[in-house]
Amino acid sequence: MTIGMIALSLLMAAIVWWLFRQSLNVQPWESESAAPAARVAVTGPPAAKIALGVFLCVASSLFVLFVSAYAMRLGLADWTPLPRPRLLVFNTALLVGASIAMEWTVHAARRFDTLKVRRGLAASGLLTVGFLVGQLVVWKQLVDAGYFVSTSAATAFFYLFTAVHGLHVLGGLVAWARATLHAWRAPDPGRMRLAAELCATYWHFLLVVWVVLYALLVSSHLGLAICSSAPL
Amino acid sequence: MSAHVAHDETEFAPPAEVGEMHLYHPKTFLGKYIWSQDAKVIAIQYALTAMGIGLVALVFSWLMRLQLGFPGRVAFIDPDTYLQLVSMHGMIMVIYLLTALFLGGFGNYLIPLMVGARDMVFPYVNMLSYWVYLLAVLLLVASFFAPGGPTGAGWTLYPPQAILDGTPGASWGIVLMLVSLGVFVIGFTMGGLNYVVTVLQARTRGMTMMRLPLTVWGIFMATVLALLAFPALFVSAIMMLLDHSLGTSFFMPALVSKGQQVAHTGGNPLLFQHLFWFFGHPEVYIVALPAFGIVSDLISTHARKNIFGYRMMVWAILIIGGLSFVVWAHHMYVSGMNPYFGFFFATTTLLIAIPTALKVYNWVLTLWKGNIRLTLPMLFAIAFIFTFVNGGLTGLFLGNVVVDLPLSDTMFVVAHFHMVMGIAPVLTVFGAIYHWYPKITGRMLDETMGKIHFWVTFIGTYAIFYPMHYLGFMGIPRRYYAIAGTNFIPDSAHLLNAWISLAAFVVGAAQMVFLYNLARSYFRGRPSGPNPWQATTLEWQTPETPPKHGNFGKELPVVYRWAYDYGVPGLHADYIPQNVPPSEVRAEAWVKKDQMPAEASA
Repeated sequence: MTIGMIALSLLMAAIVWWLFRQSLNVQPWESESAAPAARVAVTGPPAAKIALGVFLCVASSLFVLFVSAYAMRLGLADWTPLPRPRLLVFNTALLVGASIAMEWTVHAARRFDTLKVRRGLAASGLLTVGFLVGQLVVWKQLVDAGYFVSTSAATAFFYLFTAVHGLHVLGGLVAWARATLHAWRAPDPGRMRLAAELCATYWHFLLVVWVVLYALLVSSHLGLAICSSAPL
Repeated sequence: MSAHVAHDETEFAPPAEVGEMHLYHPKTFLGKYIWSQDAKVIAIQYALTAMGIGLVALVFSWLMRLQLGFPGRVAFIDPDTYLQLVSMHGMIMVIYLLTALFLGGFGNYLIPLMVGARDMVFPYVNMLSYWVYLLAVLLLVASFFAPGGPTGAGWTLYPPQAILDGTPGASWGIVLMLVSLGVFVIGFTMGGLNYVVTVLQARTRGMTMMRLPLTVWGIFMATVLALLAFPALFVSAIMMLLDHSLGTSFFMPALVSKGQQVAHTGGNPLLFQHLFWFFGHPEVYIVALPAFGIVSDLISTHARKNIFGYRMMVWAILIIGGLSFVVWAHHMYVSGMNPYFGFFFATTTLLIAIPTALKVYNWVLTLWKGNIRLTLPMLFAIAFIFTFVNGGLTGLFLGNVVVDLPLSDTMFVVAHFHMVMGIAPVLTVFGAIYHWYPKITGRMLDETMGKIHFWVTFIGTYAIFYPMHYLGFMGIPRRYYAIAGTNFIPDSAHLLNAWISLAAFVVGAAQMVFLYNLARSYFRGRPSGPNPWQATTLEWQTPETPPKHGNFGKELPVVYRWAYDYGVPGLHADYIPQNVPPSEVRAEAWVKKDQMPAEASA
């Protein structure tokens, strides 16, 4: 739980800093306290971006707590690692590819290059679906080799991590589908750009989460890993 | 989206943070009242559902008290049923009533109106949030009728017993409970995103964060806590579900149950406790922070005095929220832990007393020399302060490891948490309903019935929970079906238990008066007018009462001042609404003759 506590402390520190900025040198009881700059109307970032940011905090909290649980559970006696599925390297590469394609899409959307946006979205979608199929193949390989979710705590965490991450990817694909549909039907520059940026942020987040989870799955340097060095 | 520019006075108003939003306009009855995307309708849906399921939990508490006060007299309450009643009462009250009512109910109604927005920023997601919450409630209710009944594992659902044969509801009940919790968390996240983003992004022109009413601050910070803490509940629910259904061993150790070796190996029940309380303790403040905010506004409005130490109050909310994440293991002193950890968690727990006491002092200092109007909301607000202080003080007992060990799992704990997070927030809920009912319906609640409701509830809850502390000191354990035949328990304890039960029935009956009042006043209540309490905040300044779809008519209000301009020296009126510009206040109608500023009289 130390991991969870540290992560949340960092988040709380960010909130404290934000409130400090809001409340420093402010006299709320004075009605005429607005600064001269107030004459200029300023519009902040779109609500959807803030909402995604908040959602990523929630998702981070979820993953951090899963990792905390793993860190607390792994020391116990019945921890028997499973073989390391080789396909994971390939799947990781697919997800990295999807993330790069998303970034490329954002650049295209900023220039309002509809054709490239469509290509970028198609490529990232394809790579992401490839990643999910790859993960399912890994599951199939493990089941065939006799490693079920209840075989040991290590396999349970393997299935849990990959499933929760996979479900988040699947949720991302819903947003991706809406963005793609929009890009094909009646592309509006502002909306297309926002959709691409939101998708890209989410994809990068999922990539970072996957890299952390992948490290926990395979790296025995971090303690008892979920997978042993024996390949599958 | 088109940029919205409100009328003049820009030199007094900070920039517009948000453009005008396009609203969904329902055309049918179903669209307007059932599949509604209007935060006000969603708020009422949330509130009615929460109060409906809360009533079920209230009836459960009567049945528990029947058993405890008059053991064995009621045939259908056997030990299994008793445990199921205890578990469902706790779970419903904490999560499905209080969390949903404060955030889904008051949050939805008050945030857009108080920050000067037309609606939540994502109305469709907001609507989904309610329907997902309703699904969670229905799943919970379904467990009452499932084979074996609902889970009887206690509201904390500790493994291994929660999913072992022998615990009531260990087959279907616990599965439905865990799924329902998971669904609740998903629904809440949808709503929570809305509350946070609306506060951050949809405030009207001039409404800086430091001009927000404390109600909004309380709900906002509670939502932030909930968004970060509920994942812990979600994680523990999923892992326990896997332990139960797929035979994993996250929490389940290797053990022998009913003479049989179970299939689980080497899991860690303590891991569940850590995860559960990582959610469970912030949950206390998810319920308490909105109550703090609402009470601040009730006290300031009905004492006609600005809130004492506004910025301090905001910071205290934040510090309490932050600290609530580093105290969870004080619920686990008896589970066994490294003594240094115990010391750490005891220290952080006691530290929370500082910002909390600060808030209590500020409420009392707001009352000090105020023009106190003992209206129903004010009575409930003052009752909240008393009850919260009482419950908080026993919290200091339980926060210390050495005092907690003998008191843990006794009625003392039950008395403590009912005072601090049961009665205190519920008193706030009542105060808030008496305060905002006129805005929601356009009619006042009946004063006489309200007074009966208040006094019976306030005195009655003390009659229930004060003696319970003594039962705890005697060592009477909680969660026990019956305590007969035990030497250390004197006869007087049984008598006290019967008395507590009678008090509980009377308090329960008083709630029926309240419900009748709610229903009757809706049709026959005295018309309230737009601003019966002469309050400053924006929800009282809407062109229509109750506010129509879009809240503020053609133009959004512009905010020039904080929410607490009550009793401003030198003015005729004893309050200035947030949307009254300073130039207007300088006019003759507002200012007393002898104190008119030179330029105004000229």
